[in-house]
Amino acid sequence: MENILTIRHVSKTYTAAGRALSVLEDIDFSVRAGSTVAIVGPSGSGKTTLLGLSAGLDRCTTGSVELNGIVIDGLSEDERADIRNRYVGFIFQNFQLMPTLTALENVMVPLELRGEKHIRNRAKELMEKVGLADRLHHYPVELSGGEQQRVSLARAFSGQPRILFADEPTGNLDAETSAKIEELLFGLNREAGTTLIIVTHNAELAANTQRIIRLAGGRIIADETK
Amino acid sequence: MAWRDSRRNRSRLFLFISSVVLGIAALVATLSFGHNLRTAIDDQAKELVGADLMIGSSQPLSPAVQALPDSVANRKSEQCSFASMVYFVKSGSSRLVQVRALDGDYPFYGSFGTEPVRAEQSWRTGRQALVDKALMLQYGAQVGDSIRVGELSFAIAGALEKAPGSNEISTTVAPPVYIPLRWLEQAGLLKRGSRVNYQYYYRFIPAVNMDRLIAAISPRLGAAGVHYETVQSRKERMSRAFGDLTEFLTLISFIALLMGCIGVASAVHIYIREKIGGIAVLRCLGVKARQAFLIYLIQVAGMGLIGSIAGTVIGVGVQQVLPAVLKDLLPLQTGFMLSWTAIGEGIVTGMAVSILFALLPLLTIRKISPLYTLRLSVEPAAMIWDPLKILVYAAILLFVDVFAYFRMQSSSKAIVFTASLLGALLLLAGAAKLLMLVVRRLFPAKWSYLWRQGFANLYRPNNQTLILVVTIGLGTTFIGTLYFVQQLLIDKVKAAVGNNQGNMVLFDIQPDEVKGITALAKGEQLAVLEDLPVVTMRVTRMRGMTVEQAAVGRGRREGEGRGERGTAGDSGGQRDSLPRWIFENEVRVTYRDSLLATEKLTAGRLSPPVRSPQETVYIRVDEEYATRLHLVVGDSILFNVQGLPVATVIGGLVKADWRQLQTTFSIVFPGGVLEQAPQFHVLATRVPSTVVSARFQQSVVRAYPNVSVIDLELVLQVLEDILGKIGFVIRFMAAFSILTGVVVLIASVLISKYQRIQESVLLRTLGASRRQVLVITLLEYFFLGALAAATGIGLSLAFSQVLARVSFESSFAVHWWPVMVLFVSVCGLTILIGLYNSRGVLNKPPLEVLRREG
Repeated sequence: MENILTIRHVSKTYTAAGRALSVLEDIDFSVRAGSTVAIVGPSGSGKTTLLGLSAGLDRCTTGSVELNGIVIDGLSEDERADIRNRYVGFIFQNFQLMPTLTALENVMVPLELRGEKHIRNRAKELMEKVGLADRLHHYPVELSGGEQQRVSLARAFSGQPRILFADEPTGNLDAETSAKIEELLFGLNREAGTTLIIVTHNAELAANTQRIIRLAGGRIIADETK
Repeated sequence: MAWRDSRRNRSRLFLFISSVVLGIAALVATLSFGHNLRTAIDDQAKELVGADLMIGSSQPLSPAVQALPDSVANRKSEQCSFASMVYFVKSGSSRLVQVRALDGDYPFYGSFGTEPVRAEQSWRTGRQALVDKALMLQYGAQVGDSIRVGELSFAIAGALEKAPGSNEISTTVAPPVYIPLRWLEQAGLLKRGSRVNYQYYYRFIPAVNMDRLIAAISPRLGAAGVHYETVQSRKERMSRAFGDLTEFLTLISFIALLMGCIGVASAVHIYIREKIGGIAVLRCLGVKARQAFLIYLIQVAGMGLIGSIAGTVIGVGVQQVLPAVLKDLLPLQTGFMLSWTAIGEGIVTGMAVSILFALLPLLTIRKISPLYTLRLSVEPAAMIWDPLKILVYAAILLFVDVFAYFRMQSSSKAIVFTASLLGALLLLAGAAKLLMLVVRRLFPAKWSYLWRQGFANLYRPNNQTLILVVTIGLGTTFIGTLYFVQQLLIDKVKAAVGNNQGNMVLFDIQPDEVKGITALAKGEQLAVLEDLPVVTMRVTRMRGMTVEQAAVGRGRREGEGRGERGTAGDSGGQRDSLPRWIFENEVRVTYRDSLLATEKLTAGRLSPPVRSPQETVYIRVDEEYATRLHLVVGDSILFNVQGLPVATVIGGLVKADWRQLQTTFSIVFPGGVLEQAPQFHVLATRVPSTVVSARFQQSVVRAYPNVSVIDLELVLQVLEDILGKIGFVIRFMAAFSILTGVVVLIASVLISKYQRIQESVLLRTLGASRRQVLVITLLEYFFLGALAAATGIGLSLAFSQVLARVSFESSFAVHWWPVMVLFVSVCGLTILIGLYNSRGVLNKPPLEVLRREG
């Protein structure tokens, strides 16, 4: 199976108050297409930074990131945006829905950014899959946290991404809702054959993935495959 | 606690308050300018009159009247002023001017401003003239050149830069030309019926008690139909006139300040919503609702004080610009002096209104539950009828009313101002809301995502769209209404000078000159469209009342406390008095037996010509004139026709169409009465081009130097010039409202920047290109600007329409080009400001932006 993500000796340093602060150091791993991976670690270990670099949301200080066979370090911001739009999906802890759009319109956004036409039906199907067929025209503020995350899931899958990054997808939800979201997340992932990378504190959620990468102090301290 | 809590938000708090800075600046500037103007009037009143006393009349004064102040005067000057043509020999062109023939060394205080300076005295010695500087520039005349006034040539001794009591606008209408009085008779300009003002200037010995002198001589001056002006009366008249001007400007500034305050209320509302979490934590820790409220009230008050001080500093700067802005309207020099009263008033007003307006959102703090720390869904309960909020609304209205009262010194005017302002704001907000609703409903769902997203952004949570539409819209309404009304007036005059009507009027034509001038017109292929005889007379008795009886009636009415006027049909009260000017001013009447095409008889009947001296003379009176004086058909009027009493009765009332350019008279006699009275004629013709106009004027001026010519094209130019100058002053002040809207927009963009960045970063994360985010942002500001501009322009068109119908009795035709320019300018400005303040979001990687802004 081919690698969808390859991280080669990546480090990331920020400058704060005139001092260099190293967040990630010499991270090196690759992810096979269609697999599920959890990145876990204590707060400040660099999980979210690693997710941002992997998804092309930020640039690494040294090393390189290859996403879907493309080395993205040297690409312009617009070129990386294009890659994200074509191949990447996101799920966030705080849902990150556009407050000015309805649930259905939020799901349509990635496709509309591509300039695709006749996308309403596909978005509706996804909304049905996440159980929100009756909430199509509600604005995010009119939805509960669990419902917002389900819209977020539908949006993530609407662009048929090759890889999905989820940052603490159940972090803001109660146990019961979390379980439903997990079920949906893994179910849709299986169905679509997407690669799934989850950043989480939640051991139960991490346990559902095929591989767990543990970070501490900006380094990989363990890489366990089931 | 207020200090500590504000630590991370001070710059944002100041941003809220920045909305009021410009309003306070405008307020302090106008208040200080008003103060400086009053001081200037006090200091320069003597120079404005140029003498201690001026007495004047439209008739030469008898030696007895002239001698009234002589006993205490040590210097005296005499001046005859009248409209006449002046001919520039070098350029061969002529122009209607105000000739002032002066004898003596007036002005006794101050001086003529001339170039060269020596001309101020030298012109009095020979056959020389002082000519208005702008007029000289216009006709390319230079010192030493000749001008012809009447039958005499004068050498130009100097350019007149300023004359006592004149301002730019008054000299634009009739540029002054001074000549020595001793040449006037030889110039042959004064003929029978010529409209001349005779003025006598006196300088008194220092010990004269002016009040006592005026008390002693004014009854005799009044009896002789002579008006007078002292330094004190000029001071009072100017203080009143310019007091009105500065109060008007102050009220415009105050409106800009209130606009800013609405911006503050909106911004503080958002600030408090963002602070809900922190306030809830404080409440958990035991802070009482009142204490939490005070923490934020202190922050807002502190920033209000800083904003007021900043506004005051800017206002003092603007104050220095105002004299330059108003120079065309002012007949005096205003210096620069700090007015601590104005500064104090500005700071107190600024603080008071910012706190009052900020109180509205601050009051919600009292309702923030500590439970919010546990459940995010617990938001402060919005009470529709919160008694404290109602109290704050009432306090705001009261403050506005009290402020207006102190400016206008009239409680009824203050109430009208407050109610109008409230009405205008509600109207603006209502119109804006309606427009937003309509656009949202009609917005095509099939438009591309970028358009829909740009439009949808106007409705993001905590949006300030309505506030921005109202503030920017109000500025647009100001500017738009001003421009449209200006255009309306110009259109009205242009329509009056339509294709088939006269555009040149010749007056002061003696009866024996009519034939000759008609022949000159025919020589130029010009048709005489109108030839009217004009007879000058005075009213001696009206409705049986003389000037003394009219004054008694007026006094009795005032004593009875019945001040209001009614209509002509009202009984008693209104008809037992008449204004003094009816008897003091000359009346110019014409005579004819038929109605003009532009006249309509609305009461009474058209009387036939008078055949014998025994017949009753039935005159026709203009309906508006009759309404103003409560005259009805059957009322008697006794005229003094240059020494001869003529008794008349009102036989009919006539409504004239003033929109048509016609020499219109308030009183028209029938034929058979005035034919032998001293009179002059008015002729109207239509000249096809400026070349023919110049040629015809020259031939008339050469052959008949006493005849004056009004070129209506020139009048139109002068009108445009004057309206432009007045419009500039109002636009300058209205700009503060626009700028306040701009500041509220900048503050709003910056306040909501974090939210915008979150949205843009999310879009970038989902794969939106820089161009797509840019287009969405651009469209958002385009829609915002378009809504504001459309609201403002829509309202200004509506106001102009109402003004056209009610005030100008005219139809209003929209000029679409200025509308488009205004629309594009407002949209362009909004887009520019919006994009400039969002620029950081477009180029950087999403996470970097979040780190930097977070």
